[in-house]
Amino acid sequence: MNKYTVINPHEPFRVLNTHVHNIDGIAKVTGRATYTFDVKLPGMLYGKILRSPYPHAKIIKIDFSKAMEIPGVIAVVTGKDTLGVKQGIWRRYKDLCDEQILPVDKVRYIGEPVAAVAAVTEEIAEKALDYIEVEYEELPATFEPLDAIKKDAPEIHEGFERNINVTRHIEWGEVEEAFEEAEYIREDWFKCGGQAHMCMETRAAVSSYTPEGKITIYSSNQSPYYMQGLMAGVLGMREGDIRVLSQYVGGGFGGKFELDGAIFCSAILSMKTFKPVKICYTREEDFIATKRRTPMFYYTRTGVKKDGTFCAREAKVFTNGGAYTGMGATALYLTGFFHSFPYRWKGYRYDGYRVYTNTLPSTSMRGFGAPQAMWCSEQQIEWIAADLGLDPIEMRRKNSHYEGYVVPGQATIASCGIDQCYDEIRTWIKSKGKLPKDRSIGISACGFMSGGIFNWFDSPYSFSSAVVTVNNDGTVELHVGCQEIGQGSNTTMAIICAEALGVKVGDVKVHSGDTDHCPADLGAWGSRQTLMAGNAVKMASEDAKKQLLEFAYAQSGLNIVYDLDIKDSWVHAIARPERGETFEALVKRATRGKDGQRIVGRGYYTPHRKGMISPAYSYMLQGVEVEIDEETGKIRLLDSMTAHDCGQPINHLGLMGQLEGAFSMAAGYGYLEYMPFEDGKMMNPNLVDYKMIRSTEMPPANIAEIDTYEPEGPYGAKEAGEGLTNPTAAAIGNAIFHRFGVQMKECPVRPEMIVNALKEKAEKDKEAKKK
Amino acid sequence: MEKKLITLIVNDIEYELYINPKTLLVEAIRDHIGLTGTKRGCETVSCGACTVTIDDMAVKSCSVLAIQVDGRRITTSEGLEKNGVLAPIQKAFLDEGSYQCGFCTSGMLMSSEAFLKETKKPTEEQIKEAIEGNICRCTGYNSIVRAIAAVAKGKYAEVKS
Repeated sequence: MNKYTVINPHEPFRVLNTHVHNIDGIAKVTGRATYTFDVKLPGMLYGKILRSPYPHAKIIKIDFSKAMEIPGVIAVVTGKDTLGVKQGIWRRYKDLCDEQILPVDKVRYIGEPVAAVAAVTEEIAEKALDYIEVEYEELPATFEPLDAIKKDAPEIHEGFERNINVTRHIEWGEVEEAFEEAEYIREDWFKCGGQAHMCMETRAAVSSYTPEGKITIYSSNQSPYYMQGLMAGVLGMREGDIRVLSQYVGGGFGGKFELDGAIFCSAILSMKTFKPVKICYTREEDFIATKRRTPMFYYTRTGVKKDGTFCAREAKVFTNGGAYTGMGATALYLTGFFHSFPYRWKGYRYDGYRVYTNTLPSTSMRGFGAPQAMWCSEQQIEWIAADLGLDPIEMRRKNSHYEGYVVPGQATIASCGIDQCYDEIRTWIKSKGKLPKDRSIGISACGFMSGGIFNWFDSPYSFSSAVVTVNNDGTVELHVGCQEIGQGSNTTMAIICAEALGVKVGDVKVHSGDTDHCPADLGAWGSRQTLMAGNAVKMASEDAKKQLLEFAYAQSGLNIVYDLDIKDSWVHAIARPERGETFEALVKRATRGKDGQRIVGRGYYTPHRKGMISPAYSYMLQGVEVEIDEETGKIRLLDSMTAHDCGQPINHLGLMGQLEGAFSMAAGYGYLEYMPFEDGKMMNPNLVDYKMIRSTEMPPANIAEIDTYEPEGPYGAKEAGEGLTNPTAAAIGNAIFHRFGVQMKECPVRPEMIVNALKEKAEKDKEAKKK
Repeated sequence: MEKKLITLIVNDIEYELYINPKTLLVEAIRDHIGLTGTKRGCETVSCGACTVTIDDMAVKSCSVLAIQVDGRRITTSEGLEKNGVLAPIQKAFLDEGSYQCGFCTSGMLMSSEAFLKETKKPTEEQIKEAIEGNICRCTGYNSIVRAIAAVAKGKYAEVKS
């Protein structure tokens, strides 16, 4: 039903999807790439942050006079040195702007900043923290959403009844009617853990405020424009007086596009001292005082017919919001939407409640709520198939989205390669033959967005913009606001520009990560850059090319039925490719023709009339082969298979890297990255005790790329690299189910959980035998 | 504590440093000498971002004091390239896309370099074990393993004329 042939009107390509080295590669393999962590400015001071030891307390008094007596201490700041602005990334909604970063009157989680010191060395700043006396009045605290929502729970933010921070409702179709049609209904409760972003570069910032009243901020972030806008709000300055620089960023994964303590405190200290101030978080600070993947409690009820046709689903979700909103409000929305993916439901209803607690705030992290949604959905679907004795792949296939499908009131699916993904996964499973006794395979399906269409930040600018400037020698300057964080966006944009303009990747210099010189762009989150910034770059490049070709047409004297093009820096008539001139020669002539002005192309993109969520959706299947030690419950991943539809690939090497990397992070979420808290305190905030995938745990990653053509994407491209964080945890859960018949309802799955589940099962089996 | 005068030979250049004996090697390299290619990602000797080689052996430079390696030859990622020519492992990292954000890359390169010097025909398991002490949050490691294997197989060996 949903088979089709890919026809990409832009082919053949000269640059796109060829083997291109990352354009930042040489800087990165020679140690030349300079991150915020490496920035050192003349006269720079070092800052350190004093943090709350209490999960919930009033700040009565802060006395830092003793700290100021220490030689080398230059300044101490507290909430009283700030404007006290409650900020948040959901700028359009005042209620959701709830975080002061340096709170004035009370702290709401362990690790929240209380004061910050600037000193001539980091060591002195650290020592000074011990000499700041803070008088607190402890308040009763609450840590879990299902406790915090109770009537008598302590109030964390004034005016939020039952600590409910945000609610979300999504519904389509006649849900009750659809449930009535169902012949089999299953309901389950699940618990999804948090996860640390664990960027290799911890949060870091260097702020330099000068007497002109302007500030320059080097920061490790995913959206310089957001940082600029948010800082303008909290400092009471104009955006244009704030310059944010972030050339190299040591990872983001959804954790670096909100204001953090490093940026805010370094700026406040610099404004007090008129000196550059650098703050780098320790690894422990990065764990306990940033934000995390949102932990969720999921109830999901699914009704199907006996032949496996999906009818209806309803879900109720309570998320542990932690102390502040951050991007958690968006995660609450997206988890509800992607819990329906990639399937067709006659009726679907979701109610989500984000609940404040006195813990580390939760937010977006790669997958943006969808890994939690898939952990629950894809396991429950596997269990339903088993309950009904149906083939789990075929049951998924017959209910899946297809090209042209409309998610009622939400989205139109313009491209969808999931059908081929099922074929690839089945082929991989067949190739395994009969598995040894201690091994099993699990699979999971999902889909993901290519950038959100929402503008809760209230940006007056286009979502993405690009400027292409052609130099007299044929080299090209590409200015973009999209942010390189290691995902390869600079290279992707250079490839799109080179393809569109007809030059080589090496001719294009990409300028990004500087709000003074690059156009505004919402930044690197929600898998938006390839599609949105990519469209802006393509448009800007085509604009420049059109201007250049006008001069070529004027000179050529060709009949107008012949059209000209530029490929491989050669300007030619398409019908007579041997006739032409070099790109450089044309640029020189065109520049003279414009009275010496350089050729400048401009492009922008904002999605319109694309539904509620995203302009395009990627689709994928993940398979894992797992070995489990029955005695210890220890899980080992032996092999993996990814079938992935990202539309037209732009950068082959980058795509493979994104998929392998997403898989490893997703696998970590499934069975390793446990974040336990006791009374609001994280118990393992270091890399010895917080386990994640290391080289020896990573299995081979087989990848099948399913090419489709996405009409809204640049050259047909859509999301890759975030969506694949979604399915893996459930695939591991399904492998456990197929091995032992036990249903794991909490992730990450720790060895003791498997051991306990097997014990329980053995007891139950014993009971059953007795009867 | 009384400061000490030591000599570190970093990337074939001798640096004389007058430093506090508590200074870690990573601090000497980054803060005193100013070579910032070597990174730090933790305080618990867990992440490997600060890996350098000392006399061809991979060492996490946050785990030794600078004075302990007085007079020794140290190589950082900046020292792999010679006169603008990249080392085989650097070329392999480019070809395989063995880095993304790049923050672990310097340490990863140095662990790889030391391993390749001591192990001539490594198995995949050996390669994985050699970089087990280096965390990479971006790549999922396989592309790094492929790069090391390619160098070990002689893909980047210089053609001797």
